[in-house]
Amino acid sequence: MEAVETPTTIIKRRKILPGFGITFGFMMLYLSLIMLIPVSTIFIKTVGIKWDEFWNIVTNERVMHSYKLSFSTSFIAALIDLVCGLLVAWVLVRYNFPFKKIIDAFVDLPFALPTAIAGISLTAVFAPDGWIGRYLSAIGINIIFTELGIIVALAFVGLPFVIRTVQPVLQDFDREVEEAAATLNANRFQILTRIIFPGIRPALITGTTLAFARALGEYGSIIFISGNIPLKTEITPVLIMSKLEQYDYSGATAIAIVMLLTSFILLFTINLIQWWNTRHK
Amino acid sequence: MAIDYTIPTQRKISSLTEPAFVKWILSAAAIIFLSAFLVLPLIVIFSEAFHFGINAYFDSITNSEALSAIKLTLTAALFSITFNLIFSISAAWAITKFEFRGKNLILTILDLPLTISPVISGMTFVLLFGSQSFWGPILAGMGIKVIFAVPGIILATTFVTLPYIVRELIPHMKELGKEEEEAALSLGANGWQIFFKVTLPNIKWSLLYGIILCNARAMGEFGAVSVVSGHIRGYTNTLPLHIEILYNEYNFAGAFAISTLLTLLAIITLFIKTFISTKD
Repeated sequence: MEAVETPTTIIKRRKILPGFGITFGFMMLYLSLIMLIPVSTIFIKTVGIKWDEFWNIVTNERVMHSYKLSFSTSFIAALIDLVCGLLVAWVLVRYNFPFKKIIDAFVDLPFALPTAIAGISLTAVFAPDGWIGRYLSAIGINIIFTELGIIVALAFVGLPFVIRTVQPVLQDFDREVEEAAATLNANRFQILTRIIFPGIRPALITGTTLAFARALGEYGSIIFISGNIPLKTEITPVLIMSKLEQYDYSGATAIAIVMLLTSFILLFTINLIQWWNTRHK
Repeated sequence: MAIDYTIPTQRKISSLTEPAFVKWILSAAAIIFLSAFLVLPLIVIFSEAFHFGINAYFDSITNSEALSAIKLTLTAALFSITFNLIFSISAAWAITKFEFRGKNLILTILDLPLTISPVISGMTFVLLFGSQSFWGPILAGMGIKVIFAVPGIILATTFVTLPYIVRELIPHMKELGKEEEEAALSLGANGWQIFFKVTLPNIKWSLLYGIILCNARAMGEFGAVSVVSGHIRGYTNTLPLHIEILYNEYNFAGAFAISTLLTLLAIITLFIKTFISTKD
């Protein structure tokens, strides 16, 4: 028994909070089994493909078209999320209106709703006889089975990323800085563009990048709304799926590795932005 | 010198907020956008589901294929939540209570399933355990089938839902620090006592929050499960896969009827989530 509590005994005890070995070990084992070994099989499989064959697969017309389509639709969808997400986040944080709490809860619907259901319900809403689609088809705009349908579904699944990344930053935004600017005779436009916008810019970029990354990989909602027409509305994940269904595992792997590397780069970018952001705070 | 306070004060009020009509227009735009984009698709699910009346609806959700899909969905969710729950608590404990090298790398890896396409996630297990793989024939020789069978569905679901609980726990446990646990330790508590009596009561809401998010995602997962399931009716069909099959057979009312089950789950999830966020 120790009679006296000295700072050294406290420090000594601090080191021996139990459970490091078992929790760390289990974490590494689990990550390896569930994630690292499965993901590494894609790289191992890629190494087994000859370079010529690999190049032929990924530069095939149908594959190239799917890459272009996936990137362009995801990019446009992410931009829509950026604008609409910023609007919704701003309104939810700064203004008051009835049912605000319920509306706020519903923002997460695209996270909680299974993507297959999002796909069939958006298809029903935007079909030529659907609740919104009928008005659009009256003016000659077709949504389903076109690129527009893909963009609508991708914007749907990515929307909460922008809102939920920007909202807490706006919430914590120091109103005193705005007040200080106001006492220095800044007008509202100057405050918005010089103070608020730079403050939420990192969150906006992170949220939009997350929405973009999510859109690139999206599968469930797209297969119902796009029609999956090769060289027209076939996105990359759908193409990978059709290769897998034909047991063309090399083809699927080669196409997938390009997508996977893109995901890694995006993930790295997000972390870089967050790191940069915490350093400059 | 006399200082005129009135002008800055007026200035301050007008430049701290937008004019009323701008507020009104922005709020209306946001509400109209969210209604058209989020609420309409939600209403359409229920309206289509009851297209042929209430009897057809109940028949769609209680036939034997639907029931076996419900059973498999619940099984996959139960297993993947249990696995990820144990993992998340271990990982959060190791990451927030101790210092070690490579922590940032692990934090990045934890987010991987969120950025990888679900199709690719499912594909990794096909490459690992499929008939063309190294392990597939060995396991098949032992009578174990992973791909196009239930274990594959559980693995794929566990993979895609891995980040949800741990991502809620880590920030919360980091914020709580470790003083309370150290105090308990110095009073003679052992590891289990510290966890159950000190840590768990503190993190219970974020833990529950993570579990309901994980559950919603597990029950609704489509892409990854689609790759590994083989779409065998009444055997490897989860609810989302069952929806796809019915839809592709032009049985739209049936597809939407099954959809209402998962949609209700999603709505309940959102309400629990809102309730928990007021607790924290």
